[in-house]
Amino acid sequence: MSEPLLQAVNLQCERDDRILFRDLSVSILPGTLTRVEGPNGSGKTTLLRILAGLNDSYSGDLLWRGRPRHAYREEFLRNMLYLGHRPGIKPLLTPMENLRTLMAGRRYVTDKVLWQALEGTGLGGFQNVPSRNLSAGQQRRVALARLLVADEPLWILDEIFTAIDIHGVAALERLLVERVASGGAIVVTTHHDFNLPSMHRVTLGGRHDHGL
Amino acid sequence: MASEAKLPVRTPEESVSALSAMKAVFSRDLKTAFRQPQDLLNPLLFFVMVVTLFPLGVSPEVAFLREAGSGILWVAALLSVLLSLDHLYRHDFNDGTLEQLVLQPQPLFLLVLAKSLAHWVLTGLPLVMLAPVLGVMVHLEGNSVAILCLTLLIGTPVLSLIGSIGAALTLGLRSAGVLLSLLIIPLYIPVLIFGTGTVMAASESASVGGQLALMGAFLVLALTLAPFASAAALRISLSNS
Repeated sequence: MSEPLLQAVNLQCERDDRILFRDLSVSILPGTLTRVEGPNGSGKTTLLRILAGLNDSYSGDLLWRGRPRHAYREEFLRNMLYLGHRPGIKPLLTPMENLRTLMAGRRYVTDKVLWQALEGTGLGGFQNVPSRNLSAGQQRRVALARLLVADEPLWILDEIFTAIDIHGVAALERLLVERVASGGAIVVTTHHDFNLPSMHRVTLGGRHDHGL
Repeated sequence: MASEAKLPVRTPEESVSALSAMKAVFSRDLKTAFRQPQDLLNPLLFFVMVVTLFPLGVSPEVAFLREAGSGILWVAALLSVLLSLDHLYRHDFNDGTLEQLVLQPQPLFLLVLAKSLAHWVLTGLPLVMLAPVLGVMVHLEGNSVAILCLTLLIGTPVLSLIGSIGAALTLGLRSAGVLLSLLIIPLYIPVLIFGTGTVMAASESASVGGQLALMGAFLVLALTLAPFASAAALRISLSNS
């Protein structure tokens, strides 16, 4: 068994006087996919934001490769890719410019590679169209293009299947499976039916009062 | 079960330097701003309008304008910077680029500094360049105009840097306008007092070296401390969103 990349120990989070989760311990190992499950409002996004380092209002410990994460924040950030609800795409910039600036803070990548990544997400021919002229799904695809060039060992992906068409979903599933096989660690939330034989599950929220 | 395959963890040498990350942030802000020029023109237009309305509304007499001119220009510049502050992080917050900025491996205060500098280049610098024309319009003498521009050149970056703290703190609020002004204006007052005071002293041909040095000290203080405060404020705002 290899050492976990990220470990949460006795995590507790309270939001608006409501305890979202308590005594939650998760280990994220290389070569695994962890799916965070639970009904709407059960704190899936909050948990992912805590794991990604965007939300600091929790108690408990977070360990990055066995050491306290806050002390190794730079190393953690260098090795973690987070995609949230908001795609991180500037509507005024073209997909190419967006991808270029997003990668500029992380790794040197040539324009040719970025161009191909956009083609790989089905945006061939749209590379230089302002992103606000693209559909919601296409904008998400710009953000997803990062996954094709990312080399971070840990991916934290929040609702990545949203607004993606059926072929895109299949391609994305394949990408995640390949990634896990090559040793990447992935944490996802999704309402989309997504199953891997070796998937780890973290279930949040005991209440299952199905209103709809 | 964990498979045997494992991706290498990235070392610092493979990462992007803080300077080139700052450049990327800076140029992205400039690029987005120039694609939406009306946001750029708003504070400038406000500045010009306030200054031109004063002679019409109060008095067009040369003596009055010469006396009040530097104050009018400084107040107008201060308010027009204040007007543009809410945009500093708001768009980035809404489209998610701010999250990605906070998660970049470079120190956040440097990236915030790059954003504040971009804000100054887009709002403060145009004000400084317009100031000579408006200074002549309110009958300031040549020497006073020069000193006025110099104080604005030193003072407006301070306004952007301090304003960035307020903009970051009020990010989570739906209507941040009033609170932002209340938070920031008290911190702007010393800059305003010394800015106008320097021009007044220059018009009475007194020495202004000391006052300019103090304004320079404000700038150094803001450059070194404000980015840390803004970075901390951004973290808090994102934690609560």
